[in-house]
Amino acid sequence: MMIITHNGHIIAIRYIYVFQFFNSSEIKLSESARQLVNKPLKSVQRQNNPYKDEKVIDSCSIFGMMDQNKKLFAGNDIIEASASMNQRANGLGSGYAVYGLYPKYWNNYAFHIMYDDKEALDWGSKFIESNFDIIFDEEIPMDIHGIHKHVPIMRRYFTNIDLDNLDEIKEDEYLVNKCLEMNTSGKGAYVFSSGKNMGVFKGVGWPQEIAKIFRLDEYKGYLWLSHSRFPTNSRAWWGGAHPFAHLESTVVHNGEISSYGTNRRFLEMKGYRCTFQTDTEIFALALDYLQRKHQLPVEIIAKIFAPPLWKDIEKMSESERNLLRRLRITYDKLLMNGPFSIIFANHGLMVGLADRLKLRPIIAARRKDMLLLSSEEAAIIKILPDIDDVHHPKGGEPVIARCHEGFAS
Amino acid sequence: MLRSRRLPEYNVRIDTDTCTVCKACVIQCTFDVFSYMKIENKISIDESKCVDCHRCMIYCPDKSISITPTPIQYRPNASWNKESIHNIMKQAESGGILLTSMGCDKPNYNYFDRLLINASQVTNPSIDPIREPMEVKTYLGRKPDKLTISDNNGDSIIETSESPQLLLETPIMFSAMSLGSVNINVQESLAMAAASSGTYQNIGEGGLHPRLKKYAKNLIVQVASGRYGVHKKYLDTGAAVEIKIGQGAKPGIGGHLPGEKITKEISEARRIPAGTDAISPAPQHDIYSIEDLSQLIHAIKEATEYSKPVIVKIAAVHNSAAIASGIARSGADIIAIDGMRASTGAAPLVMRDNVGIPIEMAIASVDTRLNQEGIRDKISIIAGGGIRSSSDAFKIIALGADACYISTVALIAMGCTVCQKCHTGKCPWGLTTMNPSISIRINPKMESKRVANLVRAWTLEIKDMLGGMGINSIESLRGNRHQLRGVGLSEQEMEILGVRPAGI
Ligand code: SF4
Ligand code: SF4
Repeated sequence: MMIITHNGHIIAIRYIYVFQFFNSSEIKLSESARQLVNKPLKSVQRQNNPYKDEKVIDSCSIFGMMDQNKKLFAGNDIIEASASMNQRANGLGSGYAVYGLYPKYWNNYAFHIMYDDKEALDWGSKFIESNFDIIFDEEIPMDIHGIHKHVPIMRRYFTNIDLDNLDEIKEDEYLVNKCLEMNTSGKGAYVFSSGKNMGVFKGVGWPQEIAKIFRLDEYKGYLWLSHSRFPTNSRAWWGGAHPFAHLESTVVHNGEISSYGTNRRFLEMKGYRCTFQTDTEIFALALDYLQRKHQLPVEIIAKIFAPPLWKDIEKMSESERNLLRRLRITYDKLLMNGPFSIIFANHGLMVGLADRLKLRPIIAARRKDMLLLSSEEAAIIKILPDIDDVHHPKGGEPVIARCHEGFAS
Repeated sequence: MLRSRRLPEYNVRIDTDTCTVCKACVIQCTFDVFSYMKIENKISIDESKCVDCHRCMIYCPDKSISITPTPIQYRPNASWNKESIHNIMKQAESGGILLTSMGCDKPNYNYFDRLLINASQVTNPSIDPIREPMEVKTYLGRKPDKLTISDNNGDSIIETSESPQLLLETPIMFSAMSLGSVNINVQESLAMAAASSGTYQNIGEGGLHPRLKKYAKNLIVQVASGRYGVHKKYLDTGAAVEIKIGQGAKPGIGGHLPGEKITKEISEARRIPAGTDAISPAPQHDIYSIEDLSQLIHAIKEATEYSKPVIVKIAAVHNSAAIASGIARSGADIIAIDGMRASTGAAPLVMRDNVGIPIEMAIASVDTRLNQEGIRDKISIIAGGGIRSSSDAFKIIALGADACYISTVALIAMGCTVCQKCHTGKCPWGLTTMNPSISIRINPKMESKRVANLVRAWTLEIKDMLGGMGINSIESLRGNRHQLRGVGLSEQEMEILGVRPAGI
């Protein structure tokens, strides 16, 4: 394909992308959000990082599966797959993200909130009530029979934002700010997902244990992510488990990025606040910045997180070289350096990516319309022995799974 | 001048048992310590003139010369050491400003030695630079806030225009040394080294010598307060143009090249009559404010048709952060900050040792301020003045610089022994002298090899340190203060540097 650039060069580029997430135009931080950014952190950091490490380090297994036709399916398989990789974890944190699980409330913000105690619950419920229109709320159904550890109070709220003249961007901003306000209030209330028709379930425990606690066998979704964790920090906190959600995006991550300081400094300059001090959060925020604010497609984002080497860029065609060089120069501080593999998802999209040296594993597979991503091939074979296709992506090569067009969630 | 009451600082001895009276020392010493006495057929020594440059010892074929510091000391006194007593004596004799050269030689302004570098263990693997690619390529220049990429039938097109960039194969550049402060052999050595190392040499404000033209791709040309040799062709020659506001060794003052140094060669490059004094005023007389600076930046950009980045160089002073923020908004592409330990060809001692702030603090506070204001991407930062080793370069990048400037290091690679006598114009190693019979001591072919070797060695060491912390590209080190820890620093110093103490 030939195209003419701003400086008149004719170029051909092989990057293809077809979707757009949100509206354009960047979010400007409101004054109140700016003040929030400067407020000292309380609850979240204290809980997630009790030893005040510079950042929380963990390693783990990740798994994702998506039906391209958005057909809903139960979580049994992913629970089993995740449990089969238990040697990659130490039982101090597991979690799931499910898309398409609340068809009845598909157009409401679904808040999943954990509370330290009754007092926090009262405060949090009031907070939600005074800032959102609650359509329905309830305790998240849980089965804690035979569980001998402290389980936080969990509640979910299906809500609307009832403010005049809010466009989608402003609504997003409002939502992000309110979640941030709650999570940094120091009251012991923590929102861990807030998107529409999606939800995160996570806590301290093995994958099968967390699935049992949250009665995940009762949900159906068309896209599931799971994560099982090996934190180096012994006092695990329920909120510190993955997946991490930001609006409707979720991320599960395995690895440790050495560029954390650079990445974090950059994101903070752009108005983000890193409350969790984990690499995973860096991914979630960087994704928000690139995907939502800069409108960049995932193919491009993969080249920002894990760009090709300069010496390989030199060998490319002029147009590709120019694109990749500009990306590296402009987004240099979002290069994720060090070992990682991540799966990130949003409605209708699931992407797997490993660092450019591929120091952490990621495997992709397909069985008809079911697309799978996993830390280990064995976990895939375990649940779907007759897969059609397995792919071992190279470092920096994204595996992008999209739902077919025209299927409503 | 009044008679000196100072004893010689060095004892110079020749071992007559081994000396063959070859007279090499007489030729080599540019300070006339040695003279040949024909009748006695022996070398006489005036050790009061010795500056401890080692030239004679290295070039004595029989290794018969020994130089030692005079053992005689004044009575120990914390307030009145030898240096302070001698400085007072010198001024009482001359009634003038004490001149010196090179950088501040006091120990107390160094933070590099109190910063330690991290490495990976277990939770992430270190990377072996011998087996794995390790990238140190660096681009300097203004970056857009965002890249707008549009889709044209499945192809990606970047719509955002690009500001001119400098491409460095390694984040080490040669800081400004003008023709006049060093001679053309030195400049050519550096230019050759810059070309072979994929980096840049800043030629300072002394105009462009014809011999440098063929290295134009690797030259940065300077526009300083004297405006010597500045014309359209000159601006067009360089890969970038640097506006010099100040230098770390003598912030706030200009320069003075005495008429004796304005040889024909220099007069041609600087475009002034031979034999006249070349005076660079303290300020640039068309820049009395930030908006004036902005005008000059844009005038230069217009003249060069927006084809090359404009650098603004300032000395690191107390309010560098605020100044840098102004410069970032004035249209400059790169800011160069020169710390108080920076070198010079000549400066008043009192300025060199007391004015300015250390580069570590300046870079830390500038980078923090630009981040807080959300404009760090609008400008690249070059740090200079006080960088002595690859680890210093590494630390300054972790504190927030994009690249560093070196000059003393390059001079040492070419022979300089930091005798601090550049201002005399008699540099025994042939570096900071315009005397053609001495400057011939520098052979660009040979000396450029030493400088290029040094850059190569530092680059390898930087790659080693990067690999050790599990990073395989230099951009992930920039501003990555998490990879540094402080020892022996006050809480406030650590806060400014943005580092934690070792151990946590
Ligand atoms: S000034 Fe240098 S060359 Fe002369 S005697 Fe002293 S050390 Fe030797
Ligand atoms: S450049 Fe020459 S005069 Fe200056 S310090 Fe080095 S050796 Fe001494």
